[in-house]
Amino acid sequence: MMSSNHLDRRQAVARLLRDRANALVVTGLGSATYDVAAAGDSPRNFYLWGAMGGTASLALGLALAQPDTPVIAITGDGEMLMGLGSFSTIGLAQPANLIVVVLDNGLYGETGAQQSHTVATDLAAAAGACGIRDIGVVRTEAELERLAADIAAPGQGPRVRVIKIDAAENARLVPLREGAHAKVRFRQALGLGAE
Amino acid sequence: MTAQDMTAQDVPVTGADGSAGATIRQGWPDDIFDCLREFGVRQVPYVPDGGHARLISRVHQEPSMRGIALTSEQEGIAVAAGAWLGGQRAALLMQSSGVGNCVNMLSLIKICKFPLLMLVTMRGEWGEFNPWQVPMGSTTPDALRLMDVQVQRADRPDEVGDVVRHAATMAYGGGSAMAVLLSQRLVGAKVFTR
Repeated sequence: MMSSNHLDRRQAVARLLRDRANALVVTGLGSATYDVAAAGDSPRNFYLWGAMGGTASLALGLALAQPDTPVIAITGDGEMLMGLGSFSTIGLAQPANLIVVVLDNGLYGETGAQQSHTVATDLAAAAGACGIRDIGVVRTEAELERLAADIAAPGQGPRVRVIKIDAAENARLVPLREGAHAKVRFRQALGLGAE
Repeated sequence: MTAQDMTAQDVPVTGADGSAGATIRQGWPDDIFDCLREFGVRQVPYVPDGGHARLISRVHQEPSMRGIALTSEQEGIAVAAGAWLGGQRAALLMQSSGVGNCVNMLSLIKICKFPLLMLVTMRGEWGEFNPWQVPMGSTTPDALRLMDVQVQRADRPDEVGDVVRHAATMAYGGGSAMAVLLSQRLVGAKVFTR
């Protein structure tokens, strides 16, 4: 499962989502969306294909609206960096049912593998400094297993986990791209109206 | 206006430098609050703003509502979308300068056809002291329309409740993306004095 001392993103996401139970999942554009789709489509997934920087904020609104259901945001380091302020917003709002998982390969993989700021920016520490007390970096399979074991359990407050993944590119697995349909499908999975 | 002229509904606004500023007259923020409560709005993401100060304060005092302070307005677009996905209504509060921060994030609203209600206090259009507010204030309605947000405007205190109510009907009932611009004439020009 490991190469270049980092975890394989697709295997890591598949492992986490195997124990998702009834969790709602929101994905950041690019590879995180493909990784979650590759783990198996679900009407309880909402895939972003744009709105870069908005994944954690969208997950916050969802987590506050569904406080009894775990909400997992899965995104990349570049997407998270564009919405870094949302760590502050989440740190203030303190939704206990929200976990933000950042797949960090230190690269902007969608645009030609340019180096990302995470060579200098420690995203977990940034989240901690924003008032998100339950933070962590996942580097090994053992740590991944520990995260999987309680990913769908409510925390004491919001959680952020940065998973160090290798830089390998995977085949693009293209999930539902029609946004209005994805919205309706998601709401219906929650027993809400179709609008 | 002297302190004696102020009613309980008037809100003194302090300038960023701590100086005394304008006073917002009349109860239109309460009319907005009543409307949001009437429509069952549960989440109110906002970037702090003098024009919305009273409304923000009332939201935080209302148990059925959750005021969500943002660091940037674009977060609020995504929060509102997430709220709707989870079955709650949101109303997003900001100043006109923040509309520019939202443009790309409005793709989310447009592509997924999320309902949206934005309440925007205007700067840079009426007795504005700060010229840096003018470029975004003057292009706020156009920026919103470019992203297919329907723009309505309230200029007088007595029409605010009605305008917001009809915009809310189009948003939550019809699924439209709506912005109500609250004119600077209504809000009161911010005054910087030493």
